[in-house]
Amino acid sequence: MTISKRARYALMALMGVGLAFIYVPLSVVVINSFNSSRTFSWPPSSFTTEWWSKAISNTGVRKALSWSLAAGFSATLIALLLGTSLAFAVSRYNFFGKDIISLLVVLPISLPGVVTGIALSNAFNQEIGLSTGLLTIVIGHATFCIVVVYNNALARLRRMGTSLQEASMDLGANGITTFRLITLPNLASALLAGGLLAFGLSFDEIVVTTFTAGPGIETLPIWIYNNLFRPNQAPIVNVVAATLVVVSVIPIYLSQRLSQDSTSGGRF
Amino acid sequence: MVEPASIIVSIRNLSRSFGNVRAVDVVDLDIYAGEFLTLLGPSGSGKTTVLRMIAGFERPDTGTIELGGKDVSQLPPYERDVNTVFQDYALFPHMDVISNIEYGLRIQGVEKGERRARAEKALAQVRLEGYGSRRPAQLSGGQRQRVALARALVNRPSVLLLDEPLGALDLKLREQMQIELKELQREVGITFVFVTHDQEEALTMSDRIAVFNQGKIEQLGTPREVYENPLSPFVSEFVGQTNKIVMDGRNINIRPEFITISKSRKFGDRSVIGKLHDAIFVGATTRYLVHTELGQTLMSTQPDGEFSVGDSVTLSWESKKEFLVN
Repeated sequence: MTISKRARYALMALMGVGLAFIYVPLSVVVINSFNSSRTFSWPPSSFTTEWWSKAISNTGVRKALSWSLAAGFSATLIALLLGTSLAFAVSRYNFFGKDIISLLVVLPISLPGVVTGIALSNAFNQEIGLSTGLLTIVIGHATFCIVVVYNNALARLRRMGTSLQEASMDLGANGITTFRLITLPNLASALLAGGLLAFGLSFDEIVVTTFTAGPGIETLPIWIYNNLFRPNQAPIVNVVAATLVVVSVIPIYLSQRLSQDSTSGGRF
Repeated sequence: MVEPASIIVSIRNLSRSFGNVRAVDVVDLDIYAGEFLTLLGPSGSGKTTVLRMIAGFERPDTGTIELGGKDVSQLPPYERDVNTVFQDYALFPHMDVISNIEYGLRIQGVEKGERRARAEKALAQVRLEGYGSRRPAQLSGGQRQRVALARALVNRPSVLLLDEPLGALDLKLREQMQIELKELQREVGITFVFVTHDQEEALTMSDRIAVFNQGKIEQLGTPREVYENPLSPFVSEFVGQTNKIVMDGRNINIRPEFITISKSRKFGDRSVIGKLHDAIFVGATTRYLVHTELGQTLMSTQPDGEFSVGDSVTLSWESKKEFLVN
């Protein structure tokens, strides 16, 4: 497609404005985490790492970080197991209701978090009688983490086709050996990409977490939310926010590089 | 050709449907040890499904496949002494060439030194010495083809199955590989079962050809038999070109290369006159299209001659070259 020079410049300017809207405020957060002024006067008067060391030694932050990591890793693990199994079922077998199941698996990513959260919270509290805690957070996160693993695994399995497995069996390997020597190595980078994405999604999730976390549990995003309006905590909030940005961006960057031409699996 | 007595694969009553489509419809076929047998037919004729059932990737609905006298039709692929060269090669992308070739031996538990030596030998057999450490992605289509061949042959299967292995190659390379494949087959003495839709390929390489149409074998015979004496209209049209003539109230089929074109002389006991409608130069020969007095356009394939469009010409042939006369 060709477009006129003027249209091209206009489009580029528009894209610049759009990107600036997202990334300038984010950069301000990161820069302010090194701003020595407690009230974030702008431009920053001098550089300091004081807030970072304070944040690192803050017990509330440390606890929140460990909850976030625990939830993220557990949800990712569940997503890897279930998402991969589902992707295998859908890509390799024909069964009744396959399309509907595929849709139902992908749906949670587009459901409003508040709805998922309330529904899960009701189910846990009233119907199942499961007291909220880490387990319920992990289940809540797994609902949307499965989607990205599933999408990545499915795309890779479809691209792989069945002939590699057939070739392996033809050369004398049974199903288990074929999975170990052929399927898994060719699936690994897609699973890593999906897992990283899932971890990134879980790590910065707040809505579902709010409804599924018990009273004693604060993940990092919830910690930020709870401390946002305490003026003396503001510098540390900035540090935590900057950490969240970095920890969420790295997995997504890595997973995009890993999956390359397979689908990235939504949400960004 | 080999002793017809030694049958390596015996297929009886074989059928397989996909949904409402009968892909393979009661096929009987004996394959002789050491022969080069081609399953030839258009796409959807069932030839690939038969191959995949011999390999074990598909189970028959009915019928049996015996391999070396033993019924294998319900065995998984890894318990059958056959190996396959796939249409898309199916080389393992995460392994280098030598590991690809070694794979079957590694599964069998052949000791490392021996399997490396055998793999290197197989690599030399397909003339790819020194390519062992490359990845499949770094090879050309023709080279991948050879690796796939070596990977299958290194296991010394009793039957090698080839599923349109030359389809993805360009014409020149394909012709070269046809000759090499045939030579390789003679050298290793393994039974080759080769699937193709390319009749020229089938005629070039095969000891025998099974012509498939709509899930059935229409004709089974040597290339010469199939070409010179097709037993059905389908075979005559699918294998080579044919002129269908109605003459003296009878249907006659004759190959274009058996019709001689001349200004007025006759070469043979049959002749018809007409006007040259078109002359298509195709290299070694020229295709002459002639509007005849019978009201039909016939094709004669002959070396290039001194004819121009519009000339009155005589077409003639030997009646013994006719087939499917009724």
